[in-house]
Amino acid sequence: MTTVAVKPATMAQALTRALRDAMAADPAVHVMGEDVGTLGGVFRVTDGLAKEFGEDRCTDTPLAEAGILGTAVGMAMYGLRPVVEMQFDAFAYPAFEQLISHVSRMRNRTRGAMPLPITIRIPYGGGIGGVEHHSDSSEAYYMATPGLHVVTPATVADAYGLLRASIASDDPVVFLEPKRLYWSKDSWNPEEPTPVEPIGRAVVRRSGRSATLITYGPSVPVCMEAAEAARAEGWDLEVVDLRSLVPFDDATVCASVRRTGRAVVVHESGSFGGPGGEIAARVTERCFHHLEAPVLRVAGFDVPYPPPMLERHHLPGVDRILDAVGRLQWEAES
Amino acid sequence: MTVMEQRGAYRPTPPPAWQPRMDPAPLLPDAEPYRVLGTEAAAKADPELLRRLYAELVKGRRYNAQATALTKQGRLAVYPSTTGQEACEVAAALVLKEQDWLFPSYRDTLAVVARGVDPVEALTLLRGDWHTGYDPYEHRVAPLCTPLATQLPHAVGLAHAARLKGDDVVALAMVGDGGTSEGDFHEALNFAAVWQAPVVFLVQNNGFAISVPLAKQTAAPSLAHKAVGYGMPGRLVDGNDAAAVHEVLSDAVRHAREGGGPTLVEAITYRVDAHTNADDATRYRGDAEVETWRAHDPIQLLERELTTRGLLDEAGVEAARQDAETMAAALRERMNQDPALDPMDLFTHVYAEPTPQLREQQAQLRAELEAEADAEPEGGTHR
Repeated sequence: MTTVAVKPATMAQALTRALRDAMAADPAVHVMGEDVGTLGGVFRVTDGLAKEFGEDRCTDTPLAEAGILGTAVGMAMYGLRPVVEMQFDAFAYPAFEQLISHVSRMRNRTRGAMPLPITIRIPYGGGIGGVEHHSDSSEAYYMATPGLHVVTPATVADAYGLLRASIASDDPVVFLEPKRLYWSKDSWNPEEPTPVEPIGRAVVRRSGRSATLITYGPSVPVCMEAAEAARAEGWDLEVVDLRSLVPFDDATVCASVRRTGRAVVVHESGSFGGPGGEIAARVTERCFHHLEAPVLRVAGFDVPYPPPMLERHHLPGVDRILDAVGRLQWEAES
Repeated sequence: MTVMEQRGAYRPTPPPAWQPRMDPAPLLPDAEPYRVLGTEAAAKADPELLRRLYAELVKGRRYNAQATALTKQGRLAVYPSTTGQEACEVAAALVLKEQDWLFPSYRDTLAVVARGVDPVEALTLLRGDWHTGYDPYEHRVAPLCTPLATQLPHAVGLAHAARLKGDDVVALAMVGDGGTSEGDFHEALNFAAVWQAPVVFLVQNNGFAISVPLAKQTAAPSLAHKAVGYGMPGRLVDGNDAAAVHEVLSDAVRHAREGGGPTLVEAITYRVDAHTNADDATRYRGDAEVETWRAHDPIQLLERELTTRGLLDEAGVEAARQDAETMAAALRERMNQDPALDPMDLFTHVYAEPTPQLREQQAQLRAELEAEADAEPEGGTHR
């Protein structure tokens, strides 16, 4: 990290700051959702915004996700820049029709006349002991919808930078917030916060020569931990944080895999029909002659998200990642 | 002390006082659909407005007939007709001011044209050369919306945004009887009432959702009654009485403009044609029913009123018919020309800037098109 830490901040605080700065910079930015006003959101990400900017700028809506996103579409049609909060990953599903049938395609349908600059913030993923319907990784659905950007931060600085860039984007962005990282602290300088632009650039979080772990969001810290642990096995792992699933940064990912010759994709989402399949295919298509082994996937199982007392068996952890790294046909090297 | 005595002595704390949040009576629709034509109220109607409505209705009927004919000639992929519903379509457009917004469903091409959108651009969706053929901002008409009722929350959001900005804008959103069963109908009405958004919801109850009659759609006393549950007024109007629809919608628009919040208007009408040219209405309804409605035809109702009162003569009828024919001939001629297509448009407006992935696919299609062009014989087209 190049910035000097004034004081450690949490990802939730960085997101709040991003919203506040965006609202201060542009009166068209409106925050809306369930409990985002008086309460400040169930994760407190919108804390203080209603007080500072008024309830017309940070609005507690009726409890209806299709209505929230549907009215945000109308507001965007009139020139506003709505930032919608879906309270939890699985609570966003009622808004699917608005997202797929309107948000993602209004620009295209109208030949560019009616872009919809809407940011849809969705806390996602598991690992917080949430009961049923509070821990889904729904990114594959959004990735499969043309017209949406799908962005997810893994660090405090990126949480700020990517959210600012998402709100500034003239295209709709599904902004997935790894909820188990909300309270993660990081050396971030809130005096000099910077947007991460453009959306669509992956970043190498850790350089290594043996193999590449391709990951994003909540799985980034797990991969960093796995990379540290792998040193004991003699592996020097590179970790690529995608930051953006759409657009996908083929260039950064492939440059890394060409260097290392081996890759494992790591995410919480299930593997069948999940993001890993697409990523593995893209890497294979582009880096085939550099690969020493098939691209492997370490993912959540293809089961409905487990109850909290069983979730540790589901989530990709350090051991499962290292097992996969061990299966990258090292014996063929000698 | 026995248990019963103990119970007798127990005095529970009374719950906090409850009272209804408003008197529901003023929100209730009238028992009968509101009518003007053929009633005493007709005398108060503006003759100029009635003549204008008549001309637009005749043109609208002709537009429906011409568009349906174009489907048979293969010039349109499909056309959902509003024959019999012209009064609603025309009035919805005429009650709006220039700065207002119209949110049509896929069946409301006629309202879109009556609002001023180019008749060919309004048919682009149904011709199939693009989705929305017009710039929504030019006449403040949202794209024709196919997923049922999903345009209603857009109308609410737009009206809400305009009000937040202090602009004098009303949104009028159109939906059918079938659409009222969708969740988005409910959510839109609820948001509109909570936000007191300047919106008018026009439900054209034309009797059928493709083949399903209203009795299988709802158990409500009327669709207008649904308004009461959201805390907004519900109005019931004869949807084939152009003067009545115009008056009721005008009142609702004025109410919204003055800060009174949303209104739900149910217009009772009938879809005389099948759902689309691809539908066979004889499978779900009898001729007798259709004939009953033909006898309550919106154009005839208005024509009778105008001629009885000496506001329209045979020459006037003929002039309206001629105008409609001129419009139809122009439409026919323009629709008989092949639209210009550019396959590369597939990629142009998906994002503000194409993603790297789309750029690759763009290059692929360009190469395919070039290969196709090379394969074509000199000067000829290869199909």
